[in-house]
Amino acid sequence: MFAYYLQLGLRSLRRNPMLTTLMVMAIGFGVAASMITYSVFRAVSDDPIPNKSSQLFVPQVDGWGPQQNDNGEIPGALNYVDAMALMRAHKASRQTLIYPVMLSALGRDADSVPTSASGYAVTGDFFPMFEVPFLYGSGWNADEDDHRAADVVLTQEFNQRMFGGANSVGKEIQFGGNTYRIVGITKHWNPAPRFYAVWGEDGFSEAPDFYVLLNRMLDLHIDSSGRNSCRGNLTFTGWDQWLQSNCIWLMPWVELDTSSEVAQYRQFLTSYATDQQHAGRFGWPANVRLLDVMAFLTQQNVVPPESRISLIVALCFFVICLVNTIGLLLAKFMRRAGEIGVRRALGATRREIYTQYLLEAASVGIAGGLLGLLLTAVGMSAVTLLFDAEIAQLAHMDLSLIALTLLLAILATVAAAFYPAWRAAQVQPAWQLKSN
Amino acid sequence: MQIKPILAAMRHHKAGALLVGFQIALTLAIICNALFIIQARIARVERPSGVDESRVFVIENNWADKSSYQTIGAQIGADLIALRQLGSVEDASSTNSFPLHGAGWDNYVKMRPDQIHMTTDSSVYLSDDHTLNALGVTLIAGRNFTANEVQAAQLEEGKSWPVIIISKDLAKLLFPGGDAVGKTIYVTNTNTPSTVIGVTDTLQSHMMDGDSGSFAYNAILVPVRQLSSYVYYVVRARPGQLAAAMRDAPKALFAQSRMRIIDPKDGVMSFAQVRAKAYERDYGMAILMGIVSAVLLAITAAGIVGLTSFWVGQRRRQIGIRRALGATRTDILSYFLTENMMIGVCGVVVGTLLAIGINLWMVTRFAMAHLSITYVLTAAIILLLLGQGAVLAPALRASRVPPVEATRPV
Repeated sequence: MFAYYLQLGLRSLRRNPMLTTLMVMAIGFGVAASMITYSVFRAVSDDPIPNKSSQLFVPQVDGWGPQQNDNGEIPGALNYVDAMALMRAHKASRQTLIYPVMLSALGRDADSVPTSASGYAVTGDFFPMFEVPFLYGSGWNADEDDHRAADVVLTQEFNQRMFGGANSVGKEIQFGGNTYRIVGITKHWNPAPRFYAVWGEDGFSEAPDFYVLLNRMLDLHIDSSGRNSCRGNLTFTGWDQWLQSNCIWLMPWVELDTSSEVAQYRQFLTSYATDQQHAGRFGWPANVRLLDVMAFLTQQNVVPPESRISLIVALCFFVICLVNTIGLLLAKFMRRAGEIGVRRALGATRREIYTQYLLEAASVGIAGGLLGLLLTAVGMSAVTLLFDAEIAQLAHMDLSLIALTLLLAILATVAAAFYPAWRAAQVQPAWQLKSN
Repeated sequence: MQIKPILAAMRHHKAGALLVGFQIALTLAIICNALFIIQARIARVERPSGVDESRVFVIENNWADKSSYQTIGAQIGADLIALRQLGSVEDASSTNSFPLHGAGWDNYVKMRPDQIHMTTDSSVYLSDDHTLNALGVTLIAGRNFTANEVQAAQLEEGKSWPVIIISKDLAKLLFPGGDAVGKTIYVTNTNTPSTVIGVTDTLQSHMMDGDSGSFAYNAILVPVRQLSSYVYYVVRARPGQLAAAMRDAPKALFAQSRMRIIDPKDGVMSFAQVRAKAYERDYGMAILMGIVSAVLLAITAAGIVGLTSFWVGQRRRQIGIRRALGATRTDILSYFLTENMMIGVCGVVVGTLLAIGINLWMVTRFAMAHLSITYVLTAAIILLLLGQGAVLAPALRASRVPPVEATRPV
């Protein structure tokens, strides 16, 4: 029966090509618009490190105070003094500090032109904490952090550019006029959004070129190539005084595996800030926060407003397409009132009529979904027009998106058909037969 | 016009009329918000930067050897002389940022040293005596920097800036009474005053974020040569020589010294490119809204055509009877047009409320401006006309139903 109704449905689609085309187009456009914007939204709002996002935390300490912070909001990064204090306390199983650096790298050839390389100054825990995959070698350990070694880890992309992709572990490389020893090459790894450095960045840029030892960078007085935010009357006149200032530029991360560890760390943060108040460094009561990855991304507004607005607009668009489809289905079904009358008179139950027309709608949905799929694929390539290239390239077609497109098209069309099919099932056979 | 019979007939196809009305309402709500977004984005994109955009280009120069900041100052000086000597170049200057750049410094501006909350926020452009000419910005009051006022400094050195030049809009904001030249304000990290020696014509800030809108034309020029790992050269070509200057300038710099990095892809950007990049998202949003509006209108029109055709088909007999009783073709035509107009007006009224609702929500959620009534009116007129246009073809078909139809069984 099911197959027969579907066949009837397909036949009726052919009988009225104008109306059918209109419906299929409406569903197709609606579904495609929703899917394209959803794929972008999904890409920017996804969990970048799903298996660990609830164990990684950003400790935040308000070093600006209620008069200078942004309406009571705790600043998103730490100043040098607080960052170093948290590192020294070492209250988490793993912890790291991060800041972006930009260095010039010199190629292998003697006459090569230097190129610009961007990376992050990190501590050794960075690699195991964020589960950075390695192609060759590994990161460095806490010992080397303490010895301020000139170690560097290159990314696969940068290793390709500088060494043609060979295993360059143990080789040396020049950064900003200083020599570094390559200890590891990472596999391609660029979480989107780049949660660990999202403060002051848009979070969707190309993969970095290298990771370098933080203490080494500090020794060389290499400042952050990213955001540096200061408040109030600043009186620093050199590197050391700048380090002691309230300027925030360091991104701290800690790994806490159990909820009791989280509670303990939170307590530690509060007592640290209270101590600072007692010591007279903070003129305000403790204002601290411990955010996991997703909470931090929300706090930092990683999802661009454009992405949200366009998703909402696309969904509204889809709703209008559905209202349109309800109207057209009503017209299409009621046009066949006579035929329904005959079928009812010959013994078809209301339920059978209802099922038949819902299935007819489902066939419209399938056609609309297929068109939607096609339009989504086309739209994906044009999505660079609407979003930054870095974000646009994150949007991609995968099996789940294809399945979702078809499912949405069919379900929505069937839902739209509830009322028209009910009207069709209500047709009085006697009326139709009489007027004929 | 016979409103009553139309209402009576509509009662027989409530669902259809409701659907068309609802669709018009939703479309109106979306369209006027979309038009509003398009207009807001276009207005943003069309703001003047104050820069002589057709002749200015920017070079991002990174130093390969960052070990010594002392040599960088001398190198910048030599670079600028080399750039200014080029036949295609009118003037060149070094800076940390420029209008529309997005990245740069902004400092709080205070009127008194003991002030805790800022008076306003402003871009800080590190400049020299050639900056105004290199940007193509004119002074409207006061004087330019002199060569010996320009000092070299590192970011971490919080030096005082005894003389500054501010933009027209900042001057108006700080000194609403008038002349800013000669007055002092506090913009430095140290607590020393800076004297305003000049006021430029319109000059945009580097800030492009949505929430920095009220600071968009606040700019302060300070006579500092920045000693850091990078520098931007703002170069103004002679009239008609932009392409030549953009080709010559990097060559001249590399002839000076090879120990620099100028990205081959976007290291040298004309101001047109700077502008395109700065407003990428705004263009994208405007295009998206444009496409959505166009497709929505098409779909709504198609829906009206489809449903009206169905009604006409259903009522052929009734139309025939009316024609047989003396109704003219125009009467039939105007019947369907009026019917559509009535549904349309209801839809537009509901849609207006919906549009305002959506806008109020967007105002709180996305910090957008309030919808002006012109957009609602424009969208309402568009939709009513669209409805009339869509209904025209089926209505004409209806008007051609012959009176003899009345005698035929359906």
